[in-house]
Amino acid sequence: MAVREISYRDAINEALREEMERDPTVCILGEDVGRYGGPFQVTRGLYERFGEWRVRDTPISEEGFTGMAVGAAMTGLRPVVEIMYNDFVTLAMDQIINQAAKARYMFGGKARVPMVIRTQGGAGRGNAAQHSQSLEMWFVHIPGLIVIQPSTPYDAKGLLKSAIRNDNPVIFIEHKLLYVTTGPVPEEEYLVPIGVADIKRAGDDVTIVATSRMVHFALQAAGELEKEGIQAEVIDPRTLKPLDIDTILRSVKKTGRLVVVNEGHLTGGFTAEVAARVQREAFDWLDAPIMQVATEDVPIPYNRQLEWEAMPSVADIINAVKSVVYR
Amino acid sequence: MTLDRAKLADMYYRMWLIRHFESRARWLFQQDLVRGSTHTYTGEEAVAVGACAALNRDDYITSTHRGHGHCLAKGGDPRRMMAELLGKATGYCKGKGGSMHIADLDLGILGANGIVGGGIAIATGAAYSAKVRGTRQVVVCFFGDGAANQGVLLEAGNMAALWKLPVIYLCEENQYAEFSPSRPFFAVERLEQRALGLGMEGIPVDGNDVLAVYETVRQAVERARAGQGPSFIVAKTYRWEGHTVGDPLTYRPAGEAEQWKTPERDPIARFGKYLVEQAGFAPAELEEMNQRAEAEIEAAVQFAMDSPEPAIATLWEDVYA
Repeated sequence: MAVREISYRDAINEALREEMERDPTVCILGEDVGRYGGPFQVTRGLYERFGEWRVRDTPISEEGFTGMAVGAAMTGLRPVVEIMYNDFVTLAMDQIINQAAKARYMFGGKARVPMVIRTQGGAGRGNAAQHSQSLEMWFVHIPGLIVIQPSTPYDAKGLLKSAIRNDNPVIFIEHKLLYVTTGPVPEEEYLVPIGVADIKRAGDDVTIVATSRMVHFALQAAGELEKEGIQAEVIDPRTLKPLDIDTILRSVKKTGRLVVVNEGHLTGGFTAEVAARVQREAFDWLDAPIMQVATEDVPIPYNRQLEWEAMPSVADIINAVKSVVYR
Repeated sequence: MTLDRAKLADMYYRMWLIRHFESRARWLFQQDLVRGSTHTYTGEEAVAVGACAALNRDDYITSTHRGHGHCLAKGGDPRRMMAELLGKATGYCKGKGGSMHIADLDLGILGANGIVGGGIAIATGAAYSAKVRGTRQVVVCFFGDGAANQGVLLEAGNMAALWKLPVIYLCEENQYAEFSPSRPFFAVERLEQRALGLGMEGIPVDGNDVLAVYETVRQAVERARAGQGPSFIVAKTYRWEGHTVGDPLTYRPAGEAEQWKTPERDPIARFGKYLVEQAGFAPAELEEMNQRAEAEIEAAVQFAMDSPEPAIATLWEDVYA
């Protein structure tokens, strides 16, 4: 029997529902997550099922409810906070960086902060500069945090379930343009482990490491490249921190070539981090410079053409691959 | 008010414990044995002791950068605190936190906090948690008049009032916000007026009167446990010393502190007078408690001095659970 296909949004909804059924300490806090069902309808039906104390509509107070989740997590709950756009984490950064991420270490290992911050990022929808950023690297930089970016419904569900059961603060960044995409998700329960990359497509000529929506761009590029006889291997780290560098290194040692694609800005971004790790640990296997495909160092503009120009494109990935396979 | 003799004695003892602890912390800082910065609670002892006397062991507190007093008042172990100040392996945080990050989750102490106002949302979340878990626990959130200007107080306080969370916001108005007098930073006449905007009544209390603090917090705890929601108390007190040890205090009028150190205003002297005149304590008993507290702190210093440094390998421990 074929595995059913559901949307990325519904996969996340299922993960939340299943974990809330399983564990009465899991509760959701966020703006419009209750009666309205979430601005992207990710939490719909949960308020009706679990009630207001476990699916809490909060005022527009990101710092307040994120910090409350820290206190709730330290005292026996497993809160899942929704921050509507990842751009709004700026308002809650003290709670995430100074409180959630540090509590365990600075208190000598006694505190546990089992919380998940669900948010969504990414450009391509005309949301302009304050609703389109990809801020994952801010969190990747901070010890104590786990950072996850799922690209498929299957990964989104399995990773969110793992994130909720994890005893650390987890930043779970969805993509606004993936909510309506669909993919196979088994009916039976499963988990996707944190910190394990997935090879989305096998190939021998070049390694493409891509995250979130860029995985789909990379797969499209790989399809085009195949027509020209270039076999690309596409790796989705799925978890950005801790990074499964071993899977990436194994691939690079096979292909000798690496292109890294991420929707964050180029400077100080994820592509630079992966490039640094790979040149340090697999320098002798590289046959070409590592190429980075990332968003231009400009705020995301509103105009469609300008926005698309700022973001990585399938053509950008194809060009980067061609430049490292010298064709 | 129902405080038996043993409880009164315990409160008096804890006030001395705090004063002696701070005196030794200051000295250790001056000897370069305490690193970074340390903030003393001297002169404010009645607030922490009065408030924590109204709590049960499993109730929570959140503390501040000026947190030694809160921790001792809630039952924290002075030996492990002092060891933490010296960065030793036996410290509350295994030497990784220092003065500003002491926590004892077993005693409901959810941490001192290096960010001004950093405990406000955490306290509110602990209260939310108590409500969801269906316990009768309450939370006392200590913060200063400086922190009262942080935006998170509006956000968290509003939510606490909306959902009738069992949290008590206890502002210690010690009249200074870091290296400046706090008064010029308030547009309101009295700090407790801020509570109105949060949908709470602001309750002022003499923060140098330990029994007044106890009674005010006790009533707030009673309301919280009865599901009547949060309280906002402003304890009027005075920070005897600088923001940090070593602060030159150039912003403080000469002679001002001395006016707060008189027997009429010093919270320990005031409470001692009450104990002798109205609770039947002999002056010698009080002196004995003072000396016993001093000895306990001396033993804590010795314990800290004798304790080992953390092993280098612990650097990588406890980043993740």
